[in-house]
Amino acid sequence: MVVMKMKFPFQKRVKLAQGLWLLSWCATVAGATTFTLGCLLKTELRRRAEVMANTDIHIVPNTLMIVGLASLGINYFASKICQDALDAGRFPRWKNFLKPYFAVSCFFTVLMLLAIIMSYAMKGSLESSLKAGLRNGIRFYKDTDTPGRCFQKQNIDRLQMEFQCCGNNDFRDWFEVQWISNRYLDFSSTEVKNRIKSNVDGRYLVDGVPFSCCNPSSPRPCIQYRLTNNSAHYNYDYQTEELNIYLRGCREALVNYYMGLMNTIGAGVLSIFLLQGSVLVSLRFLQTAMEAVAGKENTEIETEGYLLEKGVKETVMEYLDPVLTFLLLKNKVEEGTAGETTTAPA
Amino acid sequence: MAVLKVKFTKTRRDKLAQILWILNWISVVTGIILFSLGLFLKVELKKREELMAEKDIQYVPNMLIAVGLIACAINFLGGKICYDCVDSTKFLRWKLIMLPYIVCTFFFTLCVLVGALMCYSMHWELEEALDLGLMQAMRFYKDTDMPGRCFLKHTVDTLQIQFQCCGNSGYKDWFQIQWISNRYLDMSKKEVVDRLRSNVEGKYLMDGVPFSCCNINSPRPCIQQQITNNSAHFNYEHQTEDQNLWMKGCRQALLEYYTHIMQSIGLTVLITWLFELSVLTGVRYLQTSLENVLRQGDPDSESDGWLLENSLMETARTNLSIIKSLGKSNQINTANNGDPNIDVPSTSKAHYGPDNVPPKEKMETS
Repeated sequence: MVVMKMKFPFQKRVKLAQGLWLLSWCATVAGATTFTLGCLLKTELRRRAEVMANTDIHIVPNTLMIVGLASLGINYFASKICQDALDAGRFPRWKNFLKPYFAVSCFFTVLMLLAIIMSYAMKGSLESSLKAGLRNGIRFYKDTDTPGRCFQKQNIDRLQMEFQCCGNNDFRDWFEVQWISNRYLDFSSTEVKNRIKSNVDGRYLVDGVPFSCCNPSSPRPCIQYRLTNNSAHYNYDYQTEELNIYLRGCREALVNYYMGLMNTIGAGVLSIFLLQGSVLVSLRFLQTAMEAVAGKENTEIETEGYLLEKGVKETVMEYLDPVLTFLLLKNKVEEGTAGETTTAPA
Repeated sequence: MAVLKVKFTKTRRDKLAQILWILNWISVVTGIILFSLGLFLKVELKKREELMAEKDIQYVPNMLIAVGLIACAINFLGGKICYDCVDSTKFLRWKLIMLPYIVCTFFFTLCVLVGALMCYSMHWELEEALDLGLMQAMRFYKDTDMPGRCFLKHTVDTLQIQFQCCGNSGYKDWFQIQWISNRYLDMSKKEVVDRLRSNVEGKYLMDGVPFSCCNINSPRPCIQQQITNNSAHFNYEHQTEDQNLWMKGCRQALLEYYTHIMQSIGLTVLITWLFELSVLTGVRYLQTSLENVLRQGDPDSESDGWLLENSLMETARTNLSIIKSLGKSNQINTANNGDPNIDVPSTSKAHYGPDNVPPKEKMETS
C-alpha cells in the first residue's frame, strides 16, 4: 500500500535534483530568518521582563531559535544529498544516513508548526503573566528606596509613556494602591492623618495618578489629582473627559503589542514551514526514485518514486519500534534480574 | 620644470588605470552615502521645523544632496574614462574631454571642502533659530484652540519627554509665560483674580511647569506646582533638588543632538574630499603620461607624468593671458577711430620680410 506513487523518467529526475538544490538553499536562508525572528521576539520579551510574572511565553522564541538552527543543518545536508543523487557512484554512501535524517527532519518541521500554534495558544498565559507583573509593579511603585524594587517607578513610568496606557486594567488601579511613599508624607498635617485613619489598612490612598498617565494630546494642562472631583477643577467633568489621561490599561496595550508581533512572525514562519515541507517531500521522492536505479546498468531508465513504502500507521510503528524496544529492553532486563534473584535461593 | 614629475612604464600606467577605476567606483558609493546623509539631515530638520524660527538652514542639507549627486555623476564618468585608458586607442576618444574633466573635478573638490566647512558653521544659525522658535512655541503652548497653533502643546510636550529637557534655557522659562489657557481658569475665584491683577500685563503666571518636565528618574512623585515654595511640600528643598524635573534646557538638548549629526556628516564629507583629491591626482598623472606616450608615438614606451607642465607661477600666468586674450578677441579694434584704411604697423612676431620689394626682373634669354 504505497503512499503517493509517481513515475520519474530520467529528465524529470534531473530536473527534480536541480530544483531541489535551489530550493534547499532558499530553505537555508529561510532557516536563518527563522532564527533571527526568534532572537527578535526574545529580545522584545526580555525588554519588558520586569512587568511579566513568569517566563512561560519564552518557549515560543526558544523553539523558533532551535528550529532555525536545526533547519540550517537539515537543508545543508539536503543540498549535499541532491548534489550526489544524480551520480550513481556517490549516492549509495548516503543510504544508511537517510532514515534517521528523515526522522529528525520531520520532527523539527513539526516542531516549527507547533511553535506557530503555541504563539496563538499562549495568549492567555501571557495575559495572566502581565496581569500579575503589572499588579506588582504598581504596588512597588513607591518603594524607590527598597533594593530590588528601586527601579519599578522608572519602569512603570517609562512603560506608561511609551505604550500610552495607565494602570493595569485602567487608571482606577492607581486609586487602590498607595503610590506615594511615606517618606514624602507630612504626618503632622491633619489632612494626611485623616486620610490614613479612614483607610482600613492605614494606607494613604488618593484619587490621583502619576504624571506618566498624562496624555500630551490633551488641550488642557494635565489633571492628575482629585480626578473624580468635578468641582476641584474648573470646567471639568471626569465622566466625559477622555483626553486628559490615557484611558487604556497597560495590560491590554502590552498584550495587543505582543500578539501583533507574534502574528506577524507566525505568518512568516508558516510560509517557511511550507517551504521546508516541500524540500523534505521532494528529497523523499528523489531518494526513492534513485534507489530504484541502484544496481542497474542503464541509469537512465524510468523509475517510480513514492512517499511511504507502507501505509502511514505501519511507517510510524516502524520508526517508533526502536525507541520503544530501547525503553522496554531496559524494563525487560530489570524483570529478568528480579526473576533470577527470586529463583536463586529456591 | 614640471611639478612633481614621475616616470611611468606601460605596466605602471595600466596598474594606475585599474586602481583608479576601482577608486572611482568607491567614490560613487561615497557619493551615494553623502546623498543619503543629506536626505537624512533634511528629514530631521523638517521634523522639528515648528520649533525653529524662519532661518534659512535648509541650504546645508540641500547642498549635501547636490554634492552627493554630482560626485556620483563625476566619478561614474571618471570610472568609464579610467577603464578605457588601459587601451591607448580608446584613450583617443577621451583625450579632448580629459582636461576639462580634470578642471571641473578640481572645482568640484573645492565645493566639497566648502560643504564640509558649512556643516560646522551651521551651528550658530541653528542656535539662533532654535532660541526664537522655542520661545514662540512656549508662548503659544496654551493656544490649543487656535487654528495653526493647536498642536504646539503636543509638540512641546513630546519634545520635553523625548529629549529629557524643560523650557528654553531651563525650567524657570515656564515661570515667565502663561501656559494655562484662560478657558481653564475660574475667574470667579479670588485667588485667580488676585494673581492676574498682580501681573502688569494681566497674565496668569505661576511657579509651576507642565507635566512633560517631570523627571522619570526621580524617587518621589513629581512636584510640578509651587516649585519654589519649600514649605508647600514635605521634605523638599528646591535649591538642592535636581532629580525632580529635567534640568537641561531644550535649546541645548536639540543643539547637542543636531551638532552630533552635523559632526558625523562633516567628518564623512572631509573623508570624501580627501578621497576625491587623491582620485583627481591619479587621473591627472594618467592623463599627462598617456598624452606623452602619444607624443612619443610608441604606445609601449616609458613616459613622464606630471601635475603641471611648467611651474605654478608660469601656469597661472599662461592661463591668465589666455583668459585675457579671450576677452580681447571680442573687443572691436578702436585704434585710429576705427578707420580701416589707415595703415597700422604689424606687431606680430612673425617676420614676413621687408615691404616694397621690387618685383624680380625676368632673366633675358640669350
